[in-house]
Amino acid sequence: MDTIPFEHGLLLASALFALGLVGVTTRRNIVFVLMSLEIMLNATGLVFVVGSSKWGHADGQIMFLMILTLAAAEVAVGLALIIQLYRRFKTVDIDVLSQLKG
Amino acid sequence: MFESLGLLPTFPLLGFLTLFLAGGFLPRRMIGLIGAGSIGLSFLVALSIVMPFLSGDSEEVRHVVYTWLSVGNFESTFGLYLDGLTVVMILVITGVGFLIHLYSTGFMIDDPSFSRFFAIMNLFVASMLILVIADNLLLLYLGWEGVGLCSYLLIGFWYTDPENGYAARKAFVTTRVGDTSMAIGLFLLFTQLGTLDIQSLLVFAQDRWDIGSGFAIAATLLLLGGAVGKSAQLPLQTWLPDAMAGPTPISALIHAATMVTAGVYLIARMHPLFELAPNVQLLVALIGLATLLIAGFTAMTQHDIKRILAYSTISQIGYMFLGLGVGAWSASIFHLMTHAFFKALLFLGAGTVILSLHHEHDIFKMGGKWRQLPVAFASFMIGSLALAAFPFTSGYFSKDEILIGALAVEGVGLWLWLGGVVGAFFTGIYSFRLVFVVFFGESRGHHDEGEVTGLAMALPLFVLMVLALLGGFIHIPVDNVFSHGAALGAAHEEHSVSTFMHAVMIVVPLLGIGVSYLFYCAGVFSVSSLMKLPLAKTLHSFWYSGWGFDCLYKLLFISPFLWLSKVNRRDVVDTFYAGIVVLSVFGNAVSVRSQSGLLRWYILSIVIGIVLLVSLGAFL
Repeated sequence: MDTIPFEHGLLLASALFALGLVGVTTRRNIVFVLMSLEIMLNATGLVFVVGSSKWGHADGQIMFLMILTLAAAEVAVGLALIIQLYRRFKTVDIDVLSQLKG
Repeated sequence: MFESLGLLPTFPLLGFLTLFLAGGFLPRRMIGLIGAGSIGLSFLVALSIVMPFLSGDSEEVRHVVYTWLSVGNFESTFGLYLDGLTVVMILVITGVGFLIHLYSTGFMIDDPSFSRFFAIMNLFVASMLILVIADNLLLLYLGWEGVGLCSYLLIGFWYTDPENGYAARKAFVTTRVGDTSMAIGLFLLFTQLGTLDIQSLLVFAQDRWDIGSGFAIAATLLLLGGAVGKSAQLPLQTWLPDAMAGPTPISALIHAATMVTAGVYLIARMHPLFELAPNVQLLVALIGLATLLIAGFTAMTQHDIKRILAYSTISQIGYMFLGLGVGAWSASIFHLMTHAFFKALLFLGAGTVILSLHHEHDIFKMGGKWRQLPVAFASFMIGSLALAAFPFTSGYFSKDEILIGALAVEGVGLWLWLGGVVGAFFTGIYSFRLVFVVFFGESRGHHDEGEVTGLAMALPLFVLMVLALLGGFIHIPVDNVFSHGAALGAAHEEHSVSTFMHAVMIVVPLLGIGVSYLFYCAGVFSVSSLMKLPLAKTLHSFWYSGWGFDCLYKLLFISPFLWLSKVNRRDVVDTFYAGIVVLSVFGNAVSVRSQSGLLRWYILSIVIGIVLLVSLGAFL
C-alpha cells in the first residue's frame, strides 16, 4: 500500500494552520474565532501524527490524544465564556468587547 | 594619669546633650548649674592634667581614645596630644570659658531660650577643646567645623530678627571660604605625605621638602586660607563685626577669646611647615600688619560699643599674625592668652553696660557713666589699659615681645615694627575713646538706670581684671614646643633692642591715649570741627564702612551671583533631565496607542512577533 508522502502531510497541516490563523485574525464573531482556533490546534495535531508515522514512533500519536483532550477542555471553557459574554454584553463581536484597553 | 585627657571635652559634651534633650523641662537654676558646671568640671580636669604635666619632664603626652575610622591604609584615631601649646590653650578655653559661662548665668537669666544658649555654649567648648587636643588634622578639622557651627548658631541666637540671621549666614559663608581652602590643604598634605597625624606629618615634611619647595608653599598657603577665615584677617575679616549680633557673652567667648584665635593656634601648631615656606610666613606677617592697621582705623570711627571691640579684636589678632609671621611663635601665643583675658573682660564689661542701659549700643548716647556703672567702669579701665599696652599690664608684655620679634627680621623688620607701633598708637586712641566717651563727660541719656550686677556677673569680671593686670607675669610653657627653632630664637634674643626702641614702644600708646584725652575728654580738639573738612569727612565714612570691604565684596561676589541666579532661574543644567522626562512621556504616549483593546490586533502582533523571531532563528 502506498503511503501518503511526508511532505504532503506537512503541506496540508501548514495550509490548515494558515487558514485557522487567517480566521482568527479576520473574524469578528467570537464563535468563529474559537472555531478557527480549533482548526489551528488540529493542524498542529496533524503534524504530530504525520511525524509519528514517518519515524514509526508512537509518541506523536499519544501527543495528539493529549491535544484532543486539551481542545475539548478548551472548547468547554471557551463556550461557557462566550455564553457569559453574550449574556452580559448582548454581543459576540470581539471589536466591541474592548473594555480592557489601556 | 593622662587618660583623663579624654574627659576634657566629655563634660561639656554631656552638658550639651543634657541641656539639648531635657533643657525644656529643667528649672533655670538647674540649667545654669549644668551649663556652667560642666565647664567648671572641665577646668578642674584641665588643672589635674596640667599640674603633673608641668612638674614632670615629659615634653608631650599622647593618648589614643579609640580608632575613629580606618579606610585602606588610612587610619584616623580619636587621638589626643598634649604639649605646652595645648596646655596654654586648654587652660584659656576652660578657664576663661568657665568665667564667661558663669557670667552668662546672670546675663541671660531672663532670656526665654536660656537652655538653648547653654546647650550650644557647651557644644562650642567641647568642639574647641577637641580642636586643640587633636593629634591629627582630621580630628582638628572636626573641632574646627564644630566651632564654626556653634558660632553660626549663636550669632543667630535671637533668630526672630532677620538681621541676625543674615549676620549668622554671612559669618558662616565667609568662614566657609577659608574652611574649603583648609580642607584642600589637608587633601594635599595627605596625598603628599600619606598621613594626617600632626607630629609625623611635620617630621615627614621636614624630611621630604626643601625650604621654599612648591608643595610646602601650596600647603601653607591653603592652611593660611583656613586660618585667615577663622581668625577674621584680611581679606576675610568682614564677618566678625556683624557677628556682634549675638548675645554679648558669645562675643566674649567665641568672637574674642577663643574661636577666632583658632587660626593662630593652627599656624603655631603647624609652624615647622611654615618655616619651610619663608615667603608664606612673610605673607602671614604682612596680612597681620595690614589687618591690624585697617581694623585700627575702623575702630576709631565706630559708634557701636561692640563693633569697636570687634574691630579691636581683628586688630589684636593681626598682631598675633604679625608675631607668627616673624617667627615669634611663643610671643604670639602669649598675646593670644593675654588678649583672651583682657578682651573677655572688655566684652563682659560691655555686656554689663548694654544690659544696664536697656540694650543701648551707641556710645554717644551714654557718657559720664563711671559713677552709675562702677564695676563696668573698672573693667573697661583695666581692659583698655591692657589693650593699649600700658606698661606692666598683660598686653604690654605680649605686644612688646611681638614687636621685638618683628624688629629681628632681616630687611623688612623695621617696617613691620613701625607698622606695629603705629597700630599701637591707634589702639591707644580707640580704646580710650571708648572709655572717655562712655564713662566720662556729660551724660547724654540713660540717666537713671542702675548697674545690673550680681555675684555671678561681678565675680568673673573681678577675676578677669586680676588676670588682665597681672597676666603678663605668667610664664607660658611653650619653649619646648618651639624649641627646634631655638637657635633662631637665641639669635633674636641677642639682637639688642636699643633703649630708644623700648621707649618708643612705651610712649606711643600713651601718646594715643593722650590724643584720645584731648579729643574726647578735655575737649581741646573737637571731632565735629575736624569733620567740617571734606577730606576728613570722606576718610571718616571710608573708615566707618570698614574700608569699603563689604561694598567691594558685594560688587565682586554677591551682585554677580545674584545676577547669575536671576538669569539662570530655569536652571540650564536641568534641561538634560527635563529632556529625559519629555522623552519618556512621549514613549509612553506611543505605547499606549498600541494598546487598543482590539483582540485581533493583539493576535496579529503576536503572530508577527513569532514570525520575526522564527525567521531570525532560521537565518542566524
